[in-house]
Amino acid sequence: MNAAIAQEYSGAPTGAPVYELTRVSKTYARNSVVALEDVSLTLRHGSFTSVIGSSGCGKSTLLKIMAGLIPPSKGRVILQSEPVTGPRRDIGMMFQQATLFPWKTAVENIVLPIEIRDGKAAAKNALEKAHELLDIVGLKGFENVYPNELSGGMAQRASICRMLITEPAVLLLDEPFSALDELSRDMMNMELQRICIEQDATAFLVTHSIQEAVILSDDIVVMKPRPGRIAEIVKVDLPRPRTLDMMTTPKFGEIVDHIRGMLDKGEEM
Amino acid sequence: MTDLHTNKPADTVTDEDTVWVQEIAFIDSVPRWIAMTFVFVVFIGTWQLVTSLGLVSPIILPTPMETLKDMIFVGTNLLSGGYMLGALWITIKEVIYGFALAIAIGFSLGVLVGETAFGEKAVMPYLVAIDTMPKVAFAPLFVAWLGFGIESKVALAAFIATFPIVVGTAAGLHAADENARMLFKTMGASRMQTLIKMKLPTGLPQIFTGLKIGAVGVMAGAITGEFLGGGKGFGELIRVAASQLNTPRVFSLILYLSLVGLALYLIVQWTQRKVVFWHKERVGAGDY
Ligand SMILES: Nc1ncnc2c1ncn2[C@@H]1O[C@H](COP(=O)(O)OP(=O)(O)OP(=O)(O)O)[C@@H](O)[C@H]1O
Ligand SMILES: [Mg+2]
Repeated sequence: MNAAIAQEYSGAPTGAPVYELTRVSKTYARNSVVALEDVSLTLRHGSFTSVIGSSGCGKSTLLKIMAGLIPPSKGRVILQSEPVTGPRRDIGMMFQQATLFPWKTAVENIVLPIEIRDGKAAAKNALEKAHELLDIVGLKGFENVYPNELSGGMAQRASICRMLITEPAVLLLDEPFSALDELSRDMMNMELQRICIEQDATAFLVTHSIQEAVILSDDIVVMKPRPGRIAEIVKVDLPRPRTLDMMTTPKFGEIVDHIRGMLDKGEEM
Repeated sequence: MTDLHTNKPADTVTDEDTVWVQEIAFIDSVPRWIAMTFVFVVFIGTWQLVTSLGLVSPIILPTPMETLKDMIFVGTNLLSGGYMLGALWITIKEVIYGFALAIAIGFSLGVLVGETAFGEKAVMPYLVAIDTMPKVAFAPLFVAWLGFGIESKVALAAFIATFPIVVGTAAGLHAADENARMLFKTMGASRMQTLIKMKLPTGLPQIFTGLKIGAVGVMAGAITGEFLGGGKGFGELIRVAASQLNTPRVFSLILYLSLVGLALYLIVQWTQRKVVFWHKERVGAGDY
């Protein structure tokens, strides 16, 4: 392992390294697009990291590699001292769409990961926990409702529960709330922060919103496109827990402006 | 035009100027059964008119009354367990066996084609090629292979109904979106689990569409089989009545036969509503 590069970014100040990415590159064979080049990252336990960058700069690709959904062309990914070679139980993922299955009720959707991994009996035992999780995200009373009857925000809450039911050590989030309106989005973000603190989880969020990245993150990975690389890692030293009114502080504005400047520059490169 | 309105002082604007009345089309305010009855009455009226004016020979087109009388005759025969009921029962058996066979073969082929790369690459082209053939042309072959009994009719009925079920199943298996696939991958689902717990349920609406088209085809297949391969079914009754120029009988037999087809279709639709309870079908064509 190249020590110098591993040191390049050392994540949030606290906690042991959970994720270690070393010189990860990805070239899609199909169209020989170089989606990622030499990405090295370390995520520390309990930290919240966001990735931001223009469309097509390889954010989703990075997330999929970290999740073990696609292999990198070069480099390696280590999670909790074991190389990632496929989907893993200690990874929880969430996408832009809630993707709840309409033939299952809210709780049935939430215990689905258990049903797949450990069978129907285990899923049945997990129902109690699913109820607790629904309670945590404010969906008490909606346990036996089918997804058709949930609003977009409620569906995303349920899909948070589905991600949490297996107690993953890391949460990988690909623009999870970008389909929601701004008000619900802010609320969901605060909820996400609370859940991460409560569950002591390490989170990695892909977003297009600079504000969202700044309000949630300890570190913001700014990427530049073609090929996708890390331009800079911005540290956010706003106190925790974050509140929405921090968005009006000068410090918040400064960080947002700095990142916006970087992204604008990125477009010219 | 806008200037005219905006230049007016607010208090002089009357309701007539500002209210845009939503026009409701007349047909929207008519209940469906009235509209359907209207079409029925116009149809029967025209029919009666054409026949009573002697515009068409009664051998070609009987009067509505004659047809009704014959329908009552056929209905009585069916209800009293006459020879027509036996014929109808044979046709119903052909339809049921044919449909069951078509579902079994169509679904298996659909999974093969929709789920495996081999099926899609190597099998699908042949299915498409056979599907474009006029399938009733195979009827004499089925008779030669399977004889004049119900087997040859079952075979033709199944042959016609299989393809829409294959297509529906294959399309259904492709209906799951990228997110659902990725989600199942992150959960470490096996291929079988992904198929059974995600792809098949997601594809049920398409599969049922295939089944409905198949249900219509299976009826056509059974009757065509009887026309071309003899036997003792309802199609044979129609053929004989037609050869005797007994047009009212042909009409009423077709009507009873279409009730069987309708019943099959409704059974499939009812099953769909029960099984695919989450999928709200668009009201309109095919929604009785
Ligand atoms: N499966 C694939 N096959 C081939 N090329 C791909 C594939 N997925 C992504 N790419 C290419 O890789 C590059 C990065 O894509 P990626 O989806 O990672 O971008 P992104 O940063 O997530 O973009 P967005 O913000 O729009 O979601 C793009 O140029 C894209 O065209
Ligand atoms: Mg993306």
